[in-house]
Amino acid sequence: MLQMSRRQFLKVSASTLAGSSLAALGFSPAPALAEVRQYKLSRTTETRNTCPYCSVGCGILMYGLGDNAKNAKASIIHIEGDPDHPVNRGTLCPKGASLIDFIHSPSRLLYPEYRAPGSSEWTRISWDDALNRIAALMKEDRDANFVENTPDGKKVNRWLTTGMLAASAGSNEVGYLTHKTVRSLGMLAFDNQARV
Amino acid sequence: MTNHWVDIKNADVILVMGGNAAEAHPCGFKWVTEAKAHRKARLIVVDPRFTRTASVADFYAPIRTGTDITFLGGVINYLLTNDKIQHEYVKNYTDMSFIVREDFAFKDGVFSGYDAEHRKYDKTSWDYERGDDGFVKVDPTLSHPRCVYNLMKQHYAAYTPEMVTNVCGTPTDKFLKVCEMLASTAQPNRAGTILYALGWTHHSVGAQMIRTGAMVQLLLGNIGIAGGGMNALRGHSNIQGLTDLGLMSNLLPGYMTLPMEAEQDYDAYITKRATQPLRPNQLSYWKNYRAFHVSFMKSWWGDNVSAENNFGFDYLPKLDKSYDMLQVFELMAQGKMNGYIAQGFNPLAAAPNKAKVGLGLSKLKWLVVMDPLATETSEFWKNHGEFNDVDSSKIQTEVFRLPTTCFAEERGSLVSSSRVLQWHWQGAQPPGQARSDLEIMAGLWLRIRKAYQEKGGTYPDPILKMTWPYADPESPAPEELAMEFNGRALADVTDPTDKTKVLAKKGEQLSSFALLRDDGSTASGCWIFCGSWTQAGNQMGRRDNSDPTGIGQTLGWAWAWPANRRVLYNRASCDVSGKPFDPSRKLIGWNGKAWSGPDIPDFKADEPPENGMNPFIMNPEGVARFFARDGMNEGPFPAHYEPFETPLGYNPFFPDNKAVTSNPAARVFPDDRAAFGTVDKFPHTATTYRLTEHFHYWTKHAKLNAIVQPQQFVEIGEDLAKEVGVVAGDRVKVSSNRGHIVAVALVTKRIKPLIVEGKKVQTVGLPLHWGFKGLTQPGYLVNTLTPSVGDGNSQTPEFKSFLVKVEKA
Repeated sequence: MLQMSRRQFLKVSASTLAGSSLAALGFSPAPALAEVRQYKLSRTTETRNTCPYCSVGCGILMYGLGDNAKNAKASIIHIEGDPDHPVNRGTLCPKGASLIDFIHSPSRLLYPEYRAPGSSEWTRISWDDALNRIAALMKEDRDANFVENTPDGKKVNRWLTTGMLAASAGSNEVGYLTHKTVRSLGMLAFDNQARV
Repeated sequence: MTNHWVDIKNADVILVMGGNAAEAHPCGFKWVTEAKAHRKARLIVVDPRFTRTASVADFYAPIRTGTDITFLGGVINYLLTNDKIQHEYVKNYTDMSFIVREDFAFKDGVFSGYDAEHRKYDKTSWDYERGDDGFVKVDPTLSHPRCVYNLMKQHYAAYTPEMVTNVCGTPTDKFLKVCEMLASTAQPNRAGTILYALGWTHHSVGAQMIRTGAMVQLLLGNIGIAGGGMNALRGHSNIQGLTDLGLMSNLLPGYMTLPMEAEQDYDAYITKRATQPLRPNQLSYWKNYRAFHVSFMKSWWGDNVSAENNFGFDYLPKLDKSYDMLQVFELMAQGKMNGYIAQGFNPLAAAPNKAKVGLGLSKLKWLVVMDPLATETSEFWKNHGEFNDVDSSKIQTEVFRLPTTCFAEERGSLVSSSRVLQWHWQGAQPPGQARSDLEIMAGLWLRIRKAYQEKGGTYPDPILKMTWPYADPESPAPEELAMEFNGRALADVTDPTDKTKVLAKKGEQLSSFALLRDDGSTASGCWIFCGSWTQAGNQMGRRDNSDPTGIGQTLGWAWAWPANRRVLYNRASCDVSGKPFDPSRKLIGWNGKAWSGPDIPDFKADEPPENGMNPFIMNPEGVARFFARDGMNEGPFPAHYEPFETPLGYNPFFPDNKAVTSNPAARVFPDDRAAFGTVDKFPHTATTYRLTEHFHYWTKHAKLNAIVQPQQFVEIGEDLAKEVGVVAGDRVKVSSNRGHIVAVALVTKRIKPLIVEGKKVQTVGLPLHWGFKGLTQPGYLVNTLTPSVGDGNSQTPEFKSFLVKVEKA
């Protein structure tokens, strides 16, 4: 049997097991031609990512349909461990191995929603309406409750009546920007899951 | 982690305590399997339950939840009594010889300086004696009665094997066997590692538990060597990154701290933090604090900050106390919080005392939830029957639920537990109208800034003057942000010893935090990440997995902080002359001109060993500390205190002093204290835990995980099951003083009763993965039961030791 890397195998096997490819693969054509099913991943785009669950930081390979052409909406159809990753070496645990079901969970939120005081239902709201209203609420609270100086004259420039809990599976870039935005407002009631 | 995942394969002895690595970090745990297979390593597990890690261990010892300081203190006593310590390491690289002040004392469970009314210490006496030269006095013969070595021996003399059995319930022979196995790594050619997690952090004395473990490792010479270390196995994929970036009440990026309100003077604020060496020739790297801080302020406020305005010192809010999560929920419950944003965090499920959290959220004026999934928190106001029995008409909180992207739909970096920053690429578009958190935070901030520009308002300066240099202001790119937190030169950076040498040209990305300056010529959003995105590009995206020496060092794979050093304190892997203690596991060595080897030296690379600079370069002492000075709130040496919900009602070490039954320096709010239960009503001890098939409250939304563990259960031992008349499969009610849950009983041999102070203590295990949203069968949020009280230093809640009553439902 020919020695080849995984990526070479994918290239060679292409979309159907036609005669010339088979020879290259080292198979004898007759029995193999009976197999007509296409190799599932051969049309996909491979993207490297990191499992978002625990802190081992396993490398994963995500296989998505859609070849990055304009208007082709990519969708992940398969995830497996990255064999090149020095820590997990292609393996995953039951959580990482099921990541596809997180991406496609029926619990995924799709639209901004709003719940009015006293209501027992959600209603849909546009992004602009949501961001406008939240920003207005934040500024209103900050203007009313920001403490520039303590009663005994210490300059403190802090805002204590609005708080935030940050996402511990969010990226560093998200965390960095989140910190920048809330701290510039003077927020101190700001924490993340490291506390827990 | 001081070390890293693959390095675990270099260990001879692995202690898993306060954690369950096989179940919670399975792919990292594979390196324990490698160590066992290839170097005959031995795995020890000490845990209240016979976990799945225990099932593959060479030795298991049970322990009562919350008593790890007693167990580890007993190990310290064993090592000192039997002289099983790495002598050269301890003598040269720790503070054993340092002399402590005369007025330092410990009596009846209390250290000198205790203010009982305010539950805090005046720590002045917790310090060294200084000589006339300003440096700390030392006694290398270790005979001075107040040298750290003698004080430590004295302190842990009470932690005898009998006391360990009495307090922890661990049979004496098992405790001694663990001691023997650990002690075998005191030899310079043997390495031991400790893998720990939330079983050590989720206690009111959690930080001190960890410190006791670190002290054991220092006695054994296991810090800074291959196969050694104190290895915190963290929870989430980027909890390390968020900690590093300082997203906590009192922090700034790179472990810098916000000023307290008494710190009105900028120079004094910096000087206090820029700790100078306490012994001759030590590096004391925090002495460069000013450069880190100025570079950070320049990063956020650019040209608007300079020496003239103290680099924007007034823009930073000042603290009067910590506004950590438990403090904030206390304020919420009192009606003192108006708004809250829960970004990728589910506090109704994850915070202690669910009823208190629900009450707090109901008193908010508004709540914003940003999440890819529909969480319990987002629906705290909605009635979900017995699982969330609320009356929506009585809850006035406005709630916004904003859909966000998940990992597959974004680019960016995460920091694993081993301090490695790894970049990931985007493979799909978000579903529906979901947006990235970057666009949401930018959207909010830009609107707020616009309102301040157009209408004015209270103290707008830090907002109006902050830099927002992104090509698309509404959608800052992850690459721009990564380059910003790395940092760049704002003017040419020159060599301080030769001004004609330009080390970085104006505008260039910086390659190292050694290039940061305190004069405003450099910017860096997070100094410890400096080096992650250099002129050579994104170091976090590197994929060279070669391990040339076979010791597991892949320096070309992604990038670690600090400066791509993979094993912290690796100078300590060599003796005072610069020769590795164990040449077969060399990390670095002195070659006559420089330190080099399979790892990057965590040290000044050209510093000759004969100058006496010591490995613990962030400490002003240069050496590691057994005596913590003022670093911890309970005291410089860890001491046993009972969990706040104790099955005993007194501290076995100090039974007559009621003030020290539990942590005398921990913060306890009055309503939380009133909500504590006592052993007469709640006779069983409970601890929370996790399953390998689930991740926290997320994976109940993922079909495959929901299939393999679909239903809530509680785990009780056979003995307890007999006591309460329950067989496997029965529904049981578990209640605490804060509420109850009902679940199926899993009856196992894995949890046995322990004999503690002559009485039988039964422990209940509570896996926590269910709730009222998701694809599993709906279940009760387990944090309905847990107490709201935190560690005396970190305010991390005491989730893992509390009292319940188990009965047939």
